[in-house]
Amino acid sequence: MRGLLKSMGVTLAVFARKPVTREYPDTHRPLPERDRAFPLLLWDHDLDEPFCTGCHACERACPVECMTVLMKDNPNHRTQGGDSTRRKIVDKFWIDYARCMRCNICVEVCNFDAIAMNNTWQGHETSVYDRADLIQDLPQLLAEHKAGAIKPWVPQ
Amino acid sequence: MTTVPFPHEHEFETQDLMINMGPQHPSTHGVFRMVLQVDGEVVRDVVPYIGYMHRGGEKLAETMDFRQGIGWMDRTEYLAQHNAELSYVMAVEALAELEVPERAQWIRMILCELNRLSSHFMFTGAFGTDAGIFGTAFVYSFREREVILDLFEEISGDRLMYAYFRPGGLAWDVPDNFARRVAEVLKSTRQGIKDMDGLLTENEIFRARTVDIGKISAADAIDWGCTGPVLRASGVPLDLRRTEPYLYYDQLDFDIITGTNGDVYDRFVVRVEEMRQSVRIIEQCMERLRPGPILPDRLPRMLRTPPGEVYLRTEAPRGEYGIYMVSRGGNRPHRLKIRSSCFANLQALRDMTIGSYVADAVVILGSLDIVLCEVDR
Repeated sequence: MRGLLKSMGVTLAVFARKPVTREYPDTHRPLPERDRAFPLLLWDHDLDEPFCTGCHACERACPVECMTVLMKDNPNHRTQGGDSTRRKIVDKFWIDYARCMRCNICVEVCNFDAIAMNNTWQGHETSVYDRADLIQDLPQLLAEHKAGAIKPWVPQ
Repeated sequence: MTTVPFPHEHEFETQDLMINMGPQHPSTHGVFRMVLQVDGEVVRDVVPYIGYMHRGGEKLAETMDFRQGIGWMDRTEYLAQHNAELSYVMAVEALAELEVPERAQWIRMILCELNRLSSHFMFTGAFGTDAGIFGTAFVYSFREREVILDLFEEISGDRLMYAYFRPGGLAWDVPDNFARRVAEVLKSTRQGIKDMDGLLTENEIFRARTVDIGKISAADAIDWGCTGPVLRASGVPLDLRRTEPYLYYDQLDFDIITGTNGDVYDRFVVRVEEMRQSVRIIEQCMERLRPGPILPDRLPRMLRTPPGEVYLRTEAPRGEYGIYMVSRGGNRPHRLKIRSSCFANLQALRDMTIGSYVADAVVILGSLDIVLCEVDR
């Protein structure tokens, strides 16, 4: 009987505490800065072009092979009459969010800090009706940072 | 085969009944199937079937370099990911003869012990549900586990698949407010352990469901290869943190908790007490944590190991989590074998269950605290 009363005491004490649950779709918990959703490409606002040079480092390091990258000559390079120092630039970029396992390795291996994990709730809520819609192309990957919607966190 | 103690004397002829429990059954903690042969309410025989979660992980790890493999380790042991990663990275470090900075080792210890806490909270909650206290213990323990997962998310960025340890150290340093956050988490955890203890340990109904159920003797537990809390509940003080210390566990002061009876209740009590010891360990680690580097100075971009082989084991929340790794040189293991604690513990299920009631089979399975992803790999 003593043990039962003790158990009841615990439940009563918890009953008096403030609830910790959140009504999820209505209220979103603030996410920490380092939160990892899916990878995004970053936009160089100074030169108005992506940071990514299409060097394939992330594509080679990806454990699940969810990325495809193509490189091209940068039409905005100094030799072409532009003001960019990037000789090569990303031509096409696809990330299959259905395959990605969000391990952050692509961010670590990137030499140009051109890729980062989305740390907003929009990055987590990516449900679609067709799996093919989860394959993101270059404009989609660049859109959020280009619009200034995310503040990425890159290690070190 | 041992003779089966049979609690009922029959007055009339009965027929054994085969019951298929699982693979989809809420009490089997994943996809696990037991075929029970029952005589009325009494279990006469148990045939466990595993392998529904088999993903060929050991073979998969051979195709991944040492950094990519870490993400895979999370997916074998999804309730104690830091501990699983630790075995893997320590095996790589032993092969590559890497020196790990002191700060990285202390942070690893803190995270592994926090992970032990979150894993044991998961156990106490799920076990309460198995024993019939539906919901109450489960949501209480999940509330406490949530606090720990929040801290992990602030450190590594993910709530479940951290991929935070690296061969040679850590992926990146902990945030500046780490000490304050750990203190907060420990405060809430101490209260949580008190809650779980008060809710279940002395509860007469809970004791009636668990005491003297699923007993296994120390000799049998050793024979079956049980490790971790299952072995310690039978009274064998085997804890790899003490018997073959890794990291800096030899510098710390903590107790090895053992049970006496080897029954389901002891396995619960051992885990609750272990949680208190984990809190003690984390407190001592926090005192010794100093600023410094978290990766060695000279770390190649692509880590390669000389040829060789290593077996490295650590004390995960469920017992000995070992990694046997063969390298033929190069940037990926030639062969990787995971010594799963759950797999070995699960072998003792048949000995524990025969002769008990069907309802107790669920409690006994729950007390082993299996993670099917780790059993099947």
